[in-house]
Amino acid sequence: MHSSPYIQNNENVSRMMLAVIYALIPGTLVYIHFFGFGVIINILIAVITALICEVAILKIRNRPIKPFIYDGTAVLTAILLALALPTLTPWWLPALGAGFAIIIAKHLYGGMGYNPFNPAMVGYAMLLIAFPKEMTAWIPAETHGLNFFDTLNYSFFETLPAGMNYDALTMATPLDSIKTQLSLGYTLDEIHTANSSLFGNIAGYGWEWINIMFLVGGIILISIKVISWHIPVSILGALAFMAMIFNFSDAGSYPPISFHLFGGAAMLGAFFIATDPVTAAASNKGRLIYGAGIGVLIYIIRTWGGYPDAIAFSVLLMNMAVPMIDYYSKPAVFGAPNKG
Amino acid sequence: MTTRLWKIFGGLKLPGFKTMSMSQATETPPLPKILVLPLKQHIGHAAEAIVEVGDIVLKGQMIAAAKDYVSSPIHAPSSGKIIAIEQRLVPHPSGIATDCIVIETDAEDRWIENEDAINANYRQLDAGVLRDIIRDAGIVGLGGAGFPSFIKLNPGSNHMVNTLILNGAECEPYITCDAMLMQEHSRKIIDGLNIMRHALQVEHCIIAVEDNKRAAHTMLVNALQEHEAEYIDIIQVPTLYPAGGEKQLIKTLTGKEVPSTGLPINIGVVCHNVATAASTATAVLEGKPLISRYVTVTGEGVSHPRNLDVLFGTPFSQLIDLCDRNSKAEQFIMGGPMMGFEVSDDNLPVIKTSNCILVQSKNTKPKFVMPCIRCGQCAEVCPAQLLPQQLYWYARAKNFDKTQDYNLFDCIECGCCSYVCPSHIPLVQYFRFAKTEIWAQEQEKKTSDIARQRHEFRQFRLERKKAENEERKRQKRELLKKVSGEKDSAEDSKKAAIDAAMARVKAKREKQSITPENTGNLTEAQKKTIAEIDSRRKKAKDEN
Repeated sequence: MHSSPYIQNNENVSRMMLAVIYALIPGTLVYIHFFGFGVIINILIAVITALICEVAILKIRNRPIKPFIYDGTAVLTAILLALALPTLTPWWLPALGAGFAIIIAKHLYGGMGYNPFNPAMVGYAMLLIAFPKEMTAWIPAETHGLNFFDTLNYSFFETLPAGMNYDALTMATPLDSIKTQLSLGYTLDEIHTANSSLFGNIAGYGWEWINIMFLVGGIILISIKVISWHIPVSILGALAFMAMIFNFSDAGSYPPISFHLFGGAAMLGAFFIATDPVTAAASNKGRLIYGAGIGVLIYIIRTWGGYPDAIAFSVLLMNMAVPMIDYYSKPAVFGAPNKG
Repeated sequence: MTTRLWKIFGGLKLPGFKTMSMSQATETPPLPKILVLPLKQHIGHAAEAIVEVGDIVLKGQMIAAAKDYVSSPIHAPSSGKIIAIEQRLVPHPSGIATDCIVIETDAEDRWIENEDAINANYRQLDAGVLRDIIRDAGIVGLGGAGFPSFIKLNPGSNHMVNTLILNGAECEPYITCDAMLMQEHSRKIIDGLNIMRHALQVEHCIIAVEDNKRAAHTMLVNALQEHEAEYIDIIQVPTLYPAGGEKQLIKTLTGKEVPSTGLPINIGVVCHNVATAASTATAVLEGKPLISRYVTVTGEGVSHPRNLDVLFGTPFSQLIDLCDRNSKAEQFIMGGPMMGFEVSDDNLPVIKTSNCILVQSKNTKPKFVMPCIRCGQCAEVCPAQLLPQQLYWYARAKNFDKTQDYNLFDCIECGCCSYVCPSHIPLVQYFRFAKTEIWAQEQEKKTSDIARQRHEFRQFRLERKKAENEERKRQKRELLKKVSGEKDSAEDSKKAAIDAAMARVKAKREKQSITPENTGNLTEAQKKTIAEIDSRRKKAKDEN
């Protein structure tokens, strides 16, 4: 006989995770449109690997398999990881990343609900450090000329159609090239003029649309109350604030707010990655601090750090700070003496 | 009337299920054959039986008296014979049996004659006298915990009460007994409010009703017009669970928060339930003690859910049957689905706090409990503004000190967190467990503190005794020493006296031992004979 309450709403973890996966669809479709079928191939490889690893580990840990497979967290981790990878990659890259995320970052820390670090970002960070060349080479948006089978062929056999060469085909992302060229002494205007096809209207050809669609998905998630607004708003706010200050002080060397908000993985990170509840701060006040920390770190790493984008490291660094944030952001209880 | 209302934090919009039990007027069930009246129906001390098995009692006769300050008497709900005073199962979350008085009713339902108990002119009575009447009528809070009402009407001289609130919010799903009472006895409620107001000597009164109870609100407004009491405001509060929680209601109406570990009285507010007010009016104006209450019998397990005016001691089963029990009647909950508790069977008696009997089918199987994903939905809905997930974490780890750091005891057990948890964690159950453990530990600590104090006192006592003995011995020794010093000189003189006496005696004896004169002039032959005789005597003496 259990105690009250005897009624519950219909919410459950699977529904929440499914909602997040559905909200990723618009951004993912646009991503496929610009960067080819590598996106979907990466997602499939990562999801299958993640599920295999999840089942194997649950078996070893003697946990019930069905509820933890249906909760959807392993699938979501795999999708988020795959969306962060370059689209023309050998198959083992998403497989290795997903396996690492599930086995090391998730289950070795106690499984769902207990992992202190965002598993997808741990997988991504591991790949970025271990395979920097594969992880930073992207094909150009829309003009790559690869169809589904070409991409599949490259994924499994690392062969490209006749006349194509991996090094010639791939290039740095807009974020990456800006950083490299700024360090070579060019101004933003010069970089833009020299690479007009790369930069598009606001934040990189293709990338700006992907970000807009992830923003749409994120707003849907907030409106159906799967995530709260605190983390995305504070990340984007802090990022915009940093960009504004530096752009205002030296517009020639620091890209404008729009470039940071709609470039790279800003929206995916703000709405889908940093909002992973397990690894984020718990209270609303804590979430604002957590998000602001991520936003500031993204700007710092993008601008002065050694890596092209900064979502993974910013999120992981703030994951570390979560226990402390939680401790110091306890809300005052009803009737607390310091309240009115 | 436009009144400013304050927003409470958290809460839930729950499906009401209220109209189902409000379609018909409240009925009085037939008189049961047997009435079972538990002596303990609320926190505080159990009442003490003042009748014996075999006694004949009348309706309204006191059968158990309050034993302590936080205690309330119990009255016979109908006339009849006491057939047992024994342990019976009672409606309680722990499913325990406690002492009960069992009455076999005589079907006559004869009232005890007590004309003196009617106090229509209560306004001339002293507040203390009024409180005594209310206490002796066995009136307790009918909204939930059943706390003796007269105590809440006794603020003490160090508290200023400026607002008296009657709680008619009734925010929990299914329960409609207060709503029905407000519809059917609005005048009595206002009478009761006036009596309470007099007892508290408070100026401003509020009756709070959730805005989904339109009929109840209308009836109260109509009744108030007859009374012309401009010091009473009838205020509709938003329908939101748990808007009727005492602290939440006070916040909604006054904007003030009852201090975290305090009582409403700390901010000058006293809050009573509407049904408590109605029974206060009955007690004071009609001289009738609390022997019945409105009970909602509802849920999918009864085909005709409704409200009943039930004598205390009536078995649940009779009421469920009266409302047409159906095949879904498997689980019986006293109270609502959010804060009530399941009882083992339907044969338990209605007590003062039985506001609702919820009859429903058993959930086929419990939902699988997933790990906490820290989504924070529990914190969003917690009206006490706690962090349930952190509390859960520490309660599960039995880290009870930490649970208190996270203000476990501010949890009102409203169940909102469990309701929304996507992982289906029975959070409130963990919090109840933690509270019970902490109470047990404190009790243990108290006991061991007492034991330690006793031990320490014993040690102290033994040591003191020892020290006292030492001291006494020392004093004795000193005294002895002193006395013996005096004795020496005294003995000397004594000895001298004795010696002198001895000397005198010796001298006297020497004088006396001079050879007698008659043997002085003896002849040699005579001397010789004597000597022979002497030596022979001596010899004989030696031989012997």
